[in-house]
Amino acid sequence: MIKTDMLIIGAGPTGLFAVFEAGLLKLKCHLIDALPQPGGQCSEIYPKKPIYDIPAFPEILAGDLVDNLMEQIRPFEPGFTLGERAETIEKLEDGSFIVTTSEGTKHQAPVVVIAGGLGSFEPRKPPIPNIAKFENRNGVAYMIREPEDYRGKRVVIAGGGDSALDWAIYLSEVASEVSLVHRRNEFRGALDSVEKVSELAKIGKINLITEAEVVGLKGAETLESVVIRHKGEASEEEIRETDYFIPLFGLSPKLGPIANWGLEIEKNAIKVDNSYDYQTNIPGIYAIGDVNTYPGKLKLILCGFHEAAIMCQSAYQRIFPDKKYVMKYTTVSGVNGFDGSKKEAKREVVKSIN
Amino acid sequence: MPNRRDCEVPFFKMSDIKITIIDREGEAHLVDAPTDMNMNLMEVIRTHELAPEGTIGICGGMAMCASCQCYMLNKDHLLPEKSYEEEDMLDQAFFVQENSRLSCQIPIDKELEGLEVKIAPYNAD
Repeated sequence: MIKTDMLIIGAGPTGLFAVFEAGLLKLKCHLIDALPQPGGQCSEIYPKKPIYDIPAFPEILAGDLVDNLMEQIRPFEPGFTLGERAETIEKLEDGSFIVTTSEGTKHQAPVVVIAGGLGSFEPRKPPIPNIAKFENRNGVAYMIREPEDYRGKRVVIAGGGDSALDWAIYLSEVASEVSLVHRRNEFRGALDSVEKVSELAKIGKINLITEAEVVGLKGAETLESVVIRHKGEASEEEIRETDYFIPLFGLSPKLGPIANWGLEIEKNAIKVDNSYDYQTNIPGIYAIGDVNTYPGKLKLILCGFHEAAIMCQSAYQRIFPDKKYVMKYTTVSGVNGFDGSKKEAKREVVKSIN
Repeated sequence: MPNRRDCEVPFFKMSDIKITIIDREGEAHLVDAPTDMNMNLMEVIRTHELAPEGTIGICGGMAMCASCQCYMLNKDHLLPEKSYEEEDMLDQAFFVQENSRLSCQIPIDKELEGLEVKIAPYNAD
């Protein structure tokens, strides 16, 4: 069991900055994120894109913003549970919460902060009617966790991006047969990968099937074959026997299990009290950043930062009801890290002239 | 059949154009779209709430999700060329047809007066 003062779900910019604000109040934080790295959308979707509306940064790349935040919160030694999705929440008698992830990791904290952005990023599943039947080890996988599982097997990969190309190349050495199905003739991946795939196709190590789409799956219990539809005037269908079908169409965000936590949801976002502290309808659970909604809400990083600061004051009162906190400016009091580090403004040396 | 919202707009602005948007349930809406507010088609759809929040324009208009995919029913010769990013995204999207575009990449322009579009299905999975 991981125990902390403030459990933050979502390690995007808002969740990361909440660690800083909590740290000033001497509250320890732990973050959970479904992605394998911190930064949320900024790292996953647009690390190389510039942002122009971060106060005092005329221009900053999303990836650099995340790096800066990680540097800023380092003294407060946040814990991370990455690559796991927060699944369930349970309230204990003492008022604290236990959040369990998809991998079964348990976290306990008196305060839970949802900074989940658009939700957790999950593989896009193609709209094939019976696809769910073959999920969970019955022949369909949306990501490759253990390449050795495919040794000596027949594999059909669908998609035209880097991950489809890279896995087709990798599995061509492992699987007995690799087919790569893509809607168009052009591939969008790195030039090296595209060239490598076309080389492997020429020598027969990859069956390259372009201008085609997997539209059906067949099999009694486990997957036996895929139905491939070729583009063209008379849409031709081809049945290809396979052991595995791996659709790689990128990631898309889903609110996910949080939607079933009993929180008030409106417009796919969590309703909070914006007149006070961004608390949800469940006392002790807060929601900040893009995941929340209230009249006049703006989904901006800078608004998430503001909400994080306000939320921490209320969270502090919840954890220490008897203490009175007096807000101090970092310029006055400095930043005292949990790691023993101390940052502070240089003091002016006043020397009297005798 | 124009929706009620249109009747409530007090003044007809010269800079507005009329666009027909068919929602995911198949209902057609004739809406005003301003040409002087730097808006794109996805934003027009959201402003008029023609698709539930959270199912359209998820990435905010960066051509980085495909939730605003629309089928362009006319005026295709007047639309801007697809960028690399848009092609890229449509490649990964589902329900893609010849006339699919990401509506966030279509700026509202005077020439698009009378445009007709249909919002593509939302892939909830």
